[in-house]
Amino acid sequence: MTRQDIRIALIEALSSIAPEGDYAALRGDRPLRDQLDIDSFDFLNVVIRVHDKLGVEVPEADYQKLATLDSAIDYLASRLG
Amino acid sequence: MHEFRMPSLGADMEAGTLVEWNMKPGQTVKRGDIVAVVETQKGAVDIEIWEDGVVDRLLVEPGTKVPVGEPIALLRGEGEAAAPPQPAAPAVAVAGPVVAPALPPEKVARAAEVTRVKASPAARRRAADLGVDLSRIEASAADGIVSLADVERAAQQARPPTPGKAAEPDRAAAMRAAVGAAMAKSKREIPHYYLGATIDVTRALSWLEQQNVGRTVAERVLFAAVLIRAAALALAEVPELNGHWTGGRLQIAPAVHLGVGIALRGGGLVAPAIHDAEKKNTVELMRALGDLITRARSGGLRSSELSDATITVTNLGEQGVEEVYGVIYPPQVALVGFGKVLPRPWADGASIAVRQTLRVTLSADHRASVGHRGALYLAALERLLLEPEKLA
Repeated sequence: MTRQDIRIALIEALSSIAPEGDYAALRGDRPLRDQLDIDSFDFLNVVIRVHDKLGVEVPEADYQKLATLDSAIDYLASRLG
Repeated sequence: MHEFRMPSLGADMEAGTLVEWNMKPGQTVKRGDIVAVVETQKGAVDIEIWEDGVVDRLLVEPGTKVPVGEPIALLRGEGEAAAPPQPAAPAVAVAGPVVAPALPPEKVARAAEVTRVKASPAARRRAADLGVDLSRIEASAADGIVSLADVERAAQQARPPTPGKAAEPDRAAAMRAAVGAAMAKSKREIPHYYLGATIDVTRALSWLEQQNVGRTVAERVLFAAVLIRAAALALAEVPELNGHWTGGRLQIAPAVHLGVGIALRGGGLVAPAIHDAEKKNTVELMRALGDLITRARSGGLRSSELSDATITVTNLGEQGVEEVYGVIYPPQVALVGFGKVLPRPWADGASIAVRQTLRVTLSADHRASVGHRGALYLAALERLLLEPEKLA
């Protein structure tokens, strides 16, 4: 799975939770929470969708690694080996 | 014969627009059945019926805006004779004798299964503004919920762009006005008093962390559910915070229907209730909370959830706010506020340690309770959070 595949899966997961976000203007280095107005419940749902799509179970202790799009792609790429 | 009236879905609702009926004349309905969908300033709401009976007549057609308290349908008891039939709608009943006898219920076809279109409140509003039929719009998201973007796209395809668009009603402004009216009434009529306490939640957080380790992502519990559990249980010690101020006196509620403040995308606010919250464990509360948030944002709250809350909890900690002194939602008599979990220096015996702490506040109605009792409530809440095993 390439970084681009992971990126697409992440954007799909995010846009199903926060469909009204502006994904064209999304900055990879800024917190997703602020840019997309997602709360911890939305975030939990994103983690669930990521698990469904990529098969990666993200432990709570690693949540902070999903804070930005770039860091999330890094993290998931390393988990997918 | 009973009149089924447009329900009040909170102190800030004056009228609702009937979107669709999920029942037909002749149909037998049971208390709690969802019989209609009503569009309010807080989005589309599934309306439950309050008593068993047989639908005699629908008085209002979909698309009609109806003030709270106006009859919208007639019900009769099982075996009760049907009223002379009259055409449904307009809301004003047509006078004059109509001779055709009503069909007995068993002869009348059951209402067709109405499949409700799942759409976000924003999408529903936009579709109404644009005159787009929601049921003809395909949702682009995997969950099948029609989004604002889907509506815009469908509208674009449906008609060529018209120059000089007419001014549209600003629904977001209408919702703010409704919330504002309820809060103004609250501040005008309710003599609020405010208490705050800082609680050490280090143990509660690590307890939850341990609980979550064994859980799959879908089963994980958020700390918010633990706080809700504590808020509901602590009411057992100070029941006068749980109820309604009506007719000049306090009516203490026998069950805790715990309202949860939920922010909607685009600036809206609703506080639907988790029914019987004091009887649910943390896992059940998490499930109820998740379900409530999802439906608040996609349109599908039930009327009882919007009218039954006996106390409200608000949690603004996620936005980094340290404490929130909320405005009581009338006719309720108290509101509990949770702020952000923060590491703070903490006196522990003779030494100072860094602990995870939380500011908890209580806004309460001074007609219904006194500060001393409110203080006991916060103390009970603290005790529960210090012994999180009791919150399982």
